[in-house]
Amino acid sequence: MSVATDVAAAPPALDVERIRRDFPILSRMVREHRLVYLDNAATTQKPRTVLDTLARYYSDGNANIHRGVYTLSGEATAAYDAARVKVQRFVNARASREIVFTRNSTESINLVAHSFGRRQVGPGDEIVITHMEHHSNIVPWQLLCEQVGARLRVAPIDDSGTLQLDELERLLGPRTKLVSVVHLSNSLGTINPVREIVRMAKRRDVPVLIDGSQAVYHMPVDVQALDCDFYAFTGHKLYGPTGIGVLYGREEWLEQMPPYQGGGDMIRSVTFEKTTYADLPHKFEAGTPHIAGVVGLGAAIDYLEGVGFEAIAPHEADLLAYGTAALSEVKGLRLIGTAAHKASILAFVMKGAHPHDVGTIVDTEGVAVRTGHHCTQPIMDRFGVPATARASVAMYNTREEIDALVRALERVREMFPA
Amino acid sequence: MSDLRDLYQEVILDHNRHPHNFGELDGADRHADGHNPLCGDRLAVYVNLDGETISDVSFLGSGCAISKASASLMTDAVKGKTLPEARRLFEEFLALVTDEGAVLDDARLGKLAVFAGVRDYPTRVKCASLAWHTLRAAVDDRHEVVSTE
Repeated sequence: MSVATDVAAAPPALDVERIRRDFPILSRMVREHRLVYLDNAATTQKPRTVLDTLARYYSDGNANIHRGVYTLSGEATAAYDAARVKVQRFVNARASREIVFTRNSTESINLVAHSFGRRQVGPGDEIVITHMEHHSNIVPWQLLCEQVGARLRVAPIDDSGTLQLDELERLLGPRTKLVSVVHLSNSLGTINPVREIVRMAKRRDVPVLIDGSQAVYHMPVDVQALDCDFYAFTGHKLYGPTGIGVLYGREEWLEQMPPYQGGGDMIRSVTFEKTTYADLPHKFEAGTPHIAGVVGLGAAIDYLEGVGFEAIAPHEADLLAYGTAALSEVKGLRLIGTAAHKASILAFVMKGAHPHDVGTIVDTEGVAVRTGHHCTQPIMDRFGVPATARASVAMYNTREEIDALVRALERVREMFPA
Repeated sequence: MSDLRDLYQEVILDHNRHPHNFGELDGADRHADGHNPLCGDRLAVYVNLDGETISDVSFLGSGCAISKASASLMTDAVKGKTLPEARRLFEEFLALVTDEGAVLDDARLGKLAVFAGVRDYPTRVKCASLAWHTLRAAVDDRHEVVSTE
């Protein structure tokens, strides 16, 4: 191997200090300490370019889309459509009509539960999920099952938080109508072998939905390579605005599925006798959409791609390894979620200290971590804990911030001896 | 650590470690369950009544230091009180943990005054008040689970 190849093969180092300057909020103070933001799994902070794009859209480009012939409406429509193409490229969908804008991942999953579910799932049919799903990938299926008389099957996880793949395969049967799995668990950090799961399901002609909310900002996602039928994610975890989500759907399915909501923008023609629906993806986007959110999401994707996963992923992997080692040194601390294949998430409980007390104490040191059940109560039950504290990293975090967390946890230990 | 100690006063840490009146009251006249779905805290409050007077009271459950200590100190505070007195104390306690400008009767609050620091941590008010909401449900003889949400 030549020297030149070696250099080319090395991942470009992430210039974290430069990245941090792009995020205005990271310089704010919390309780007299510089903010240490480690709740990225809940939502990531926004780079200045996203904030500027939102401000510029409203101050210079605001108009409704697909409506008028005037210049401003044309510009807004073009910006909206261009962002859809960015999203298409970002997840490598075949066509931009396979990209549907929603409010968030939750709405994306509900859309499938309504439109796909009501048509494809009947009495006695089964939907397979895993024990590590977010409530947003449990409850829509429970509602559907209740409505149509179907049954929800749950694939188990082991003590490390790894999906028991053979058990999942055993659940796939002639009545299985859909498999819906999380790509990267928000509570455990586990990365599921989604490509393998899709293969298993395809052998039985079962479509697969992947909840990619946590995955899309940590790793490149290619829906064609995954061969999944649906992929749901949200903009606000992708360094973009809140209130904008995405559903990728394979065109064949989207064509067959009835609209999710009725209203303006989703029709071709309306009479009182008969309404025909618009083409994809507009059939699924009733009403004025979150135009600013879509344009802001486009800016976030530009930013993310500008930094590049080839730089982000090794940096975040280093933080995870460093954090895992550092937290393991804290007396009486137990990590929840120790799968071999994981990313970003450091969830833990501390002997003698409730997660809420942990959260409050580290907050007084400026460290923001999430505490609670993380919308995954079945995981809490599985591990026998009422709640966990969770630190989750993003591209702008540093080893020094992990150190600040560990120092703050020492304060917890002082107050609540193990 | 001064401001943190305003929240986690020694009395609170003591009651968290060694809660008073902790356990079920066998054959209690009244009982109710409380739940904070945001954090998963659950506790049950048991009450025996002698006419209008709380003759005995206990609690059982798991939660953070603030919720556990609050339940513990609450049971100490309301034992032997009449129901109207307990209600008044609850209102006073809520004012203590939420209302900056409240004029409070320190003598009546007694040890409960250690929760004054909660006021500076609005996200923790529900931890401190869960036991009291559950007590109220118990004495009102309401049987649905009390929720802070």
